[in-house]
Amino acid sequence: MRTVFTVCRKEIVDTLRDRRTLFSLLLGPLFGPILFTALINLMVSRNLTSAEEVLEVPVLGAERAPNLVAQLRARSIEPLEKHDVDDVDEAAELVAAGVHDVVLVVDEAFDEDFGTERAARVALVFDRSKTRAGSRVARVRGAVEAYGQQVGLLRLVASGADPALLRPLVVDELDVSTPASRSALMLGVLTYFLLFATLTGGLHLAIDTTAGERERKSLEPLLALPVSRASLLVGKMTATVCYMVASLALTLLAFTIALGQLPLEQIGMSSNFGAATAALAFMLLLPFAPLGAALMTAVASFSKTYREAQTYGTFVLLVPTLPLAFATMLNIEPAANLMWIPSLSQHLLITTLIKDQPLVPSFVAVSALSSLAFGLLLGWLAVQLYRREAILG
Amino acid sequence: MIEVESLSKHFGAVRAVDGVSFEAKDGRITGLLGPNGAGKSTCLRILSTVLAADTGTARIGGIDIGERPLDARRALGVLPHSSGLYQQLTGRENIEYYGRLHGIPEDALARRVDALVERLELGAIANRKAKGFSQGERTKIALARALVHDPQHLLLDEPTNGLDVIATRHLRDWLRELRAQGRCVLLSSHVMQEVEALVDELVIIAAGRVTLRGAPAELAERFPGRSLEEIFVEAVQRSERSAA
Repeated sequence: MRTVFTVCRKEIVDTLRDRRTLFSLLLGPLFGPILFTALINLMVSRNLTSAEEVLEVPVLGAERAPNLVAQLRARSIEPLEKHDVDDVDEAAELVAAGVHDVVLVVDEAFDEDFGTERAARVALVFDRSKTRAGSRVARVRGAVEAYGQQVGLLRLVASGADPALLRPLVVDELDVSTPASRSALMLGVLTYFLLFATLTGGLHLAIDTTAGERERKSLEPLLALPVSRASLLVGKMTATVCYMVASLALTLLAFTIALGQLPLEQIGMSSNFGAATAALAFMLLLPFAPLGAALMTAVASFSKTYREAQTYGTFVLLVPTLPLAFATMLNIEPAANLMWIPSLSQHLLITTLIKDQPLVPSFVAVSALSSLAFGLLLGWLAVQLYRREAILG
Repeated sequence: MIEVESLSKHFGAVRAVDGVSFEAKDGRITGLLGPNGAGKSTCLRILSTVLAADTGTARIGGIDIGERPLDARRALGVLPHSSGLYQQLTGRENIEYYGRLHGIPEDALARRVDALVERLELGAIANRKAKGFSQGERTKIALARALVHDPQHLLLDEPTNGLDVIATRHLRDWLRELRAQGRCVLLSSHVMQEVEALVDELVIIAAGRVTLRGAPAELAERFPGRSLEEIFVEAVQRSERSAA
């Protein structure tokens, strides 16, 4: 026990003094929240501008459709009558070149056709591959179609028919999602960042204390000391767990602060990610740290050099994200038999937490116990690898 | 006393150590001499129990290394081929770390480290990080680290490697002092000049086998008119021819 403590303390101090390591330890936890803040700010600003801003659209042949133009103005779409577009081909070129997002071309025969039995034509020139322009195109299309429907209804009424004839079916939508559950869609990736930060927090230490120690030739005299290799490695893994837990705590702290600042309500979400949620999430993820430490240490004990260990370690960083990817794609709901799978179980529990739904105590227990059991198994494997003679290289 | 009895160890098809037997007595400095790849390091690694022998045994102060490896390690101080200090720890912390792993209580450890710092003149480097140490400084700290638990036996793998003339001289003085204290010192080298003035007993090994043993004076008597260097080179060549 004393050996474990001595080794753990030494590894923690050793790593703390290495500025490079410390830097990466701090960078990992900040990466997620910063990315998140930037993304959400972008979404919010885009949502706001697209709804309110006056959209200027070049309209070719506006003089042929004065009522349509008026209708567009009413929906804060400003038809540009003075513009550089002369015909449909030129409109297509300008849109393709990115000069305009969308151009409206009123057909030559619009005023003749309008009011006859032939449908009057309007062309909408846009580029579907430009996702940024998507909402503007939709606004113009919506405005034009609304105008057409309105005119049609008026004509029906004028001819004495009931406009309801045109609507044999009405769809009423009842969206039961809450702001909290809507945000869960997006905050679902939160678990990914948390697991990722946990693992990266200990990656360096796991490699440094095994493959790194061998490479720097400090392993041989260490193994000649009157202590068991198992207790040495347990000490090293304990230090790795400490760094992983610290990294997890920092990431949660950064997320709590970042999400508190974000105007999530403006994009129809709410964040209940306060200190209490963060503390619960920390407890849920805590059993994952020993598993991650044992996994990383086993991989590093298996590799011959620091570089090799780093290569494997980077791959291993992706392993816990696989269940998450499946869960998101297949829209998996929490279930008792899924709680056995580490990383997936934590993801599902944290998603539940974010949705403001109650946690099932047995789920939490199974998730924690299975993660710890897997951790023990991998820890045992790491010790076996560490006992090999090949560990000396 | 270190007693080695027909140790063998192979790595794949290579027989690194092939039936090596010798003794290193208390109060003597024994030199394990051989060319590169002769099996010196493997031999010392087996003695420090980081490698297990395929066959044969060794006893450190009467303790069988195969049966009681932890007790054998307690009786041993090891100075490895490269010092293997922790760069981010100070000289003192490096020594203390090993002391704690040896289970020395904190107050006794502090006194012991103070004594080593004074005896090995480590005052200038004890509180500096090992990162910027010279080769000589690293060897000094590594030696202090190997002695922290006051072991009766000391294994040194090519201790003079990379040391300048002053540092080499200091090291020899300390080794003589350890001998005077009645300790058993076993060191390896591949250069006869480096050890002939220092060792009481020579064990020349080549191709994993002991080819010649004896005190330097004894060997000089057995091969009159030849320098120790010549005796060493001839013994190695003879052994390598027979192995081939």
